[in-house]
Amino acid sequence: MSDVVEKTLSALPSLLSLDSQAGAGKLSPSSKLGNLIKGITELTSKHEEEKLIKKELESIKEQVASPNTTMRQMKEIMVRAIYCEMLGYQASFSYIHAIKLAQQGSVLEKRVGYLAVSLFLNETDEFLLLLVNTVLKDLQSTNLIEVCMALTVVSQMFPKDMIPAILPVVEEKLTHPKEIIRRKAVLALYKFYLIAPNQVQHIHSKFRKALCDKDPGVMTASLHIYLQLIKENPESYKDLTGSMVTILRQVVGGKLPLDFNYHSVPAPWLQIQLLRILAYLGKEDQGTSEMMYDVLEESLRRAEMNHNITYAILFECVKTIYTVHPKSQLLEKAAECIGNFVLSPKINLKYLGLKALTYVVQQDANLALPHQMTIIECLDHSDVIIKRETLELLFRITNAQNVTVIVEKMLEFLRLTCDDYSTIDLVGKVAELTMNSVFSLGGDVMQPDIPNNFLRLLAEGVDNVEDRQLRLFAVDSYVSLLQGVTAKLPQRFLQVISWVLGEYSYLREEESDPGSVMRLLARLLDQRHTSTETRSWVLGAMTKLCSSPVSVALARDVCERYLSSLYSGSLNTVLRQKAQELMILSQDTKLRARVLPAEGRLESLEVDSSLSFLDGYVSEALAAGAAPYKSPHQRQEDLVQEKALSLEPYGLSLPVSLSSCSITDRLTDRRSPTLLSMSSGLSGNSTELSHQEGSTTLKLEGVKRVWGKDGYLAQQQSAGETPTPLVELPNPLLSPQSPPSQTQKPSSGLEPDQEKRQLASSLFVGLGSHNSVCLVRLPSTVWLFIKHCQSANQSHVFKALFKRFYINSCQSISCISGSPLKEVKGHSVSVCLHTVVMKRASVQVELAGLLSYQRPLGQPQAAQFSLSLSLKHFLRPLTVSTGDYGKMWLSFSHDLKQNLRLVTTEHQEPLTATLDALKGKLHLHVVDIIGSEGIVACRLLQGPGQGQPCLLHCRVNADSLAVWLRSPVPELPDSLLYHCQKALTET
Amino acid sequence: MIKAILIFNNHGKPRLSKFYEHYSEDTEQQIIRETFHLVSKRDENVCNFLEGGMLIGGSENKLIYRHYATLYFVFCVDSSESGLGILDLIQVFVETLDKCFENVCELDLIFHVDKVHNILAEMVMGGMVLETNMNEIITQVDAQNKMEKSEAGIAGAPARAVSAVKNMNLPEMPRNINIGDISIKVPNLPSFK
Repeated sequence: MSDVVEKTLSALPSLLSLDSQAGAGKLSPSSKLGNLIKGITELTSKHEEEKLIKKELESIKEQVASPNTTMRQMKEIMVRAIYCEMLGYQASFSYIHAIKLAQQGSVLEKRVGYLAVSLFLNETDEFLLLLVNTVLKDLQSTNLIEVCMALTVVSQMFPKDMIPAILPVVEEKLTHPKEIIRRKAVLALYKFYLIAPNQVQHIHSKFRKALCDKDPGVMTASLHIYLQLIKENPESYKDLTGSMVTILRQVVGGKLPLDFNYHSVPAPWLQIQLLRILAYLGKEDQGTSEMMYDVLEESLRRAEMNHNITYAILFECVKTIYTVHPKSQLLEKAAECIGNFVLSPKINLKYLGLKALTYVVQQDANLALPHQMTIIECLDHSDVIIKRETLELLFRITNAQNVTVIVEKMLEFLRLTCDDYSTIDLVGKVAELTMNSVFSLGGDVMQPDIPNNFLRLLAEGVDNVEDRQLRLFAVDSYVSLLQGVTAKLPQRFLQVISWVLGEYSYLREEESDPGSVMRLLARLLDQRHTSTETRSWVLGAMTKLCSSPVSVALARDVCERYLSSLYSGSLNTVLRQKAQELMILSQDTKLRARVLPAEGRLESLEVDSSLSFLDGYVSEALAAGAAPYKSPHQRQEDLVQEKALSLEPYGLSLPVSLSSCSITDRLTDRRSPTLLSMSSGLSGNSTELSHQEGSTTLKLEGVKRVWGKDGYLAQQQSAGETPTPLVELPNPLLSPQSPPSQTQKPSSGLEPDQEKRQLASSLFVGLGSHNSVCLVRLPSTVWLFIKHCQSANQSHVFKALFKRFYINSCQSISCISGSPLKEVKGHSVSVCLHTVVMKRASVQVELAGLLSYQRPLGQPQAAQFSLSLSLKHFLRPLTVSTGDYGKMWLSFSHDLKQNLRLVTTEHQEPLTATLDALKGKLHLHVVDIIGSEGIVACRLLQGPGQGQPCLLHCRVNADSLAVWLRSPVPELPDSLLYHCQKALTET
Repeated sequence: MIKAILIFNNHGKPRLSKFYEHYSEDTEQQIIRETFHLVSKRDENVCNFLEGGMLIGGSENKLIYRHYATLYFVFCVDSSESGLGILDLIQVFVETLDKCFENVCELDLIFHVDKVHNILAEMVMGGMVLETNMNEIITQVDAQNKMEKSEAGIAGAPARAVSAVKNMNLPEMPRNINIGDISIKVPNLPSFK
C-alpha cells in the first residue's frame, strides 16, 4: 500500500505543474470534479454509482439554472457534465448551457463550450440552429484560436441545411495566411463534400489550389479529398497521376523538411495516402500504371525494414503494386515483401502478411504455395484474429478439391466461437460466403451434413440483431444469386436457398415487393434441370411465403399449372401433395394464418407423433362403422392374400408396343463374324475413349492441388494420393467397356423368322415382303441397322439409305451419325449404319424416318417408317466398384424412392432373384449384394463413348423391395423406375 | 476515416470517448462496453487489430488498439485507413499526452478530460487525420495554453492542490492508477509487438 501512495504522490508534480500552467480555476483535485471522481472511485457497485451520479446531475442542474453562476463556474460544470455523459448518464438539461457557454464565454470558456457541444449534440439536434451565428462570428474572428475552434466544430457535426450559411466564410479560409487555418478549412470542406457533395461542387478548383499549396501540411490535408474523389471516379482525375507521382517521389527522396520525418522516415502517413491514391488511379489502366512503376519501385527500395511505420508503407506499396496494371518485376519484389511479412515473428506483420496474401491470391493463387507451412501454423494460432484471417485466405483459394477440408476447418472454428455473438456474425458471413462458393463448386459432392450444419447455424440462436443480419445477408445474397443464371447451381444448394428464402424472406419484405422472391422461386420450378426433390423444397418455401396478395396469386398460378396438364406427367406424389397444399392454403387466408402463424417462426414445434389429437375423430369414425386402421405392412399382406389390384401408385398404363424390342433382345445374342464397317467404327470409338480418358487425366494434372484431405500437400508426389470425389467421378464412366464383340450379320440369306418378318413389314410398308429391319445392340452404342434384302425375282440391290431422319418425341432421341453406305459384296445388301442415342431419358421414344431409294431403273421412291424404342435399349451395365459407387451416389442430385414387388423363386433369395431379373431385362450391373441390400448401376447412352449413370439402391423391406434411384439426369430415375416395375411384373 | 476514439482503463471505465459519427447515447455506451469486452480478453502477445464486424456498423470497420499499463487506447477506423499507420498514430497521441502532462497517467486523463480532447482535436479533425507530427501538435496546444494563461493569470494555488491530493482518500485509486508504467520513455519507444 505504501508504495502505491508513494506512486500517487510522485504524480503530484505533474498535476501541479499542469495546474500552475492552466491556472487556478482549472480542474484541481479540490474542485467539484475532483470530489465527484473521488466519490466514484470509492464506490463498489454500479447501483451506488448511479445514485451518486444522479445526485451530481441534480446539483449540476441546480447550478446551471442559477442566475448567479458565472461563465467560469459554468465551464467547470460543463466538464463535470462531460464526465457524467461519458459514463453514460444523460445530462440533456446542460446542452443549452453548453451552447450558451460557446456563445458568450471568453476564448477559454468558449473552448469548453464548443467541446461540450461537439460531445453532446449531433447534426440532427435542433439546438445547433442556435450555434450557427456563433460559429459564423468565430470564423470571422481575428483570433486564430477562435477560428480553429469554429472550424473544428464545423467538421465534427454540422447539419446539411446549414452548410450554405457558412460555406463562403470557410471557403475564404482556404487563402488564409496561416497554414493551420488553411488545413482545417480544407478538412472542413472535405466534410461538407461528404455530407452534401453538390454544395461544394463549385470549389473543386480550389481543392486543386490546396493540392499545390506551398505548405506540405495543407497539401496533405487536400489528399483526403482527392482520395475520396478519385475513389469515386478515377477517370476524371487521371491527369493528376503525374502530380501525385512527383509528390511521392519528392517525399520518398527526402525533399520535405526534417520536421515531417517520423522516426527518420519522411512523412510516412503522407506516403501511405499517396500510394492509396496511385492504386485507385492505376487500377486497370496500363498507361497510368506505367507512370508510377519507377516511384513504386523506389518506395519499396527506400522503405527498409527498420521501423513499424516502414512496414505500413511497404504494405501499402504491395497493395498498390497488386492493384495497378501488373509489372512482373515489381510483382516479384512485392511477393518477396509479402513473404517477409508472413514469416515475420511480429504478430502484427504476420496478420498484415496474411491480409496481403488474401488480397493477392485472388490474382495468383500460386503465391500462397510457398507459405503453406506458415498458413497451417496460423490456422492453429492462439490469436483468433489470425485464425480468422487465415480462414479468409483459405476461403479465397477454395477450389473443388479443397472445399471439404476448408469447410471442415471453418466449421471447427465456428464451433469454437459459438458463444461469442460479436464474432459469430463475421464467422457466419465467412461461412456464408464460403457456402455459396462451396455449394456452387462442390455442390452435390458434399456430405449432406454440411448444408445441414449451415442451416442449423442460421436457424439457431435467439432473435437478436446479429442473427437477423446474418439471415438477411443470406437472403439477399441468395436472391441476387437466383436473379442470375441458376442452371449451374447444384441441387443441394438450390434446396438450401429455397429453405432460407422461405424462412427468412420476411426480413427483407419491407424493402422489396413481396412477389419478387416468389417469382424467383416460381422460375426455379419451371426449369427443367431442377430435380424433384428440389422442387418440393421450393414448393415448401412458397407455402411459407404466400402472405401478400401478389404472392398468393403467383402461388395459385404455380399450383394450377402443377396440378393440371403441364406437370401431370410428373410421377412424384410428394410434389403433387405439396402443390395441393399450397393451392388450398393460398385460397383460404384464415386457414393459412392458423397453419403458418407469422409470429410462430421462432417457436420450435412439438411433434405429437402418436397423433393423439385425432383420437376423437378416430373413435367417432369407428363408432360409425369404419374399419380399424391397418398399417401399410398389414395392408400389403392383405393385398397379397387377396390378390387384389395393385396399389402401386403408378400403374403400368403407358401404351408401349414392345414387339420390336423383344426381337432386338433375341438378336443380341447372335453373333456374326462379318460386317467390317461396324468393327472399324467401333475400333474408332474405342480409341476415342482412351483418348478422352487421357485428356481427363491431363486436365487433372493441371489443376493445382494445394490442399488434400489431411490439410495441405507438401510435396508433389502426394498429390496423386488425394483423390476427391469430383475428380474421381468420371473415371468409372470412362473405364474401358467390355470389348465390342456382338455384331450382327445382315441377313446372310437366312430366312428371317416370322416375328421379324412381321415387324419388318410394319416398318417398310410398301417396300416389299422380303424387307426386314434389325436393331443391333452393341456395348457402347445402339446401331440401327436397316437391311434391305433382295427380292426373289430381282437381282438388283437397292441402294437404300436414310436420306433424312426426322425426330419426334421432343428431341429426346437423336441420330449421331450415319456411316457411308456400304455394299457388302456377295450378300447383295446395302448397309447403312446410324448411331442412335437418347438425348433425354424417357420411357419410350418413337424413331421415325424416311427412307428414299432408287432402283437402278426407275423413279426415286420413298418410304416412311417408324420404330418405337424403349429406354432399355439405351441402357448399359455400368461396371463400378462399391467404393466408386458410394462416391457417385453422393454426387447425384436427382433421386426417387419407390417400393417394388419382389420376385420370388424357389432356389434363390428374393433379393438376388429380383436383381437378377432386373439385370437380365434391363442390362443393369449388380455391383454388390450385402445382406438385405443390393446396389445396382447402369448408364444411359447419351453420346459417343460414355453415358449418364443411374444408380439403384435396393433394400428388402418386408415383402417389397425399397428402391432408391439416383442420377445426375433429371428424368432418368423416373423412366428407369417405370421399366423396373414393368420388368418385375412381367416376371 | 476514423469513426471513434476510445480510451478506457483495465476495468472498462471510460476515460475518453470521441465519436466522429453520430450514434445514439445508448449505442455509444454499448460500443464502449463491447469494445472493452473484445479488447480486454485478448492476450498481450496477439496482434493489435480486431475486426469487430458488428461494432460501429459493418465489417468494413476495424479496431486498432494499444494497451499501455492501465489504459487501452482504441481507434475504430474504416477500410480507408492504414492499420499500421493508425497504430503509430496512437503512439504519437500517447507520446504527445506524455509530453503535455509530463509522464502522463490515468489521473491526468480523468482530471483533464477537456485538455485531452483539445490535444486530440489537433491530431484528428472530424475523423480525418490532421496532424501526425508530435512537435506540431504540441506547438498548437501550447499556443492555446498561452492564451489561457494570459486570460486566467497565474493565480494558481499549488499548495492548496498538494494538500487536496494528500487529503484525498482514494481507496480504489491505486488499482486503477499505475503511474510508473504508463509513462512512455521517449526516445526508447517500447517496440511494438
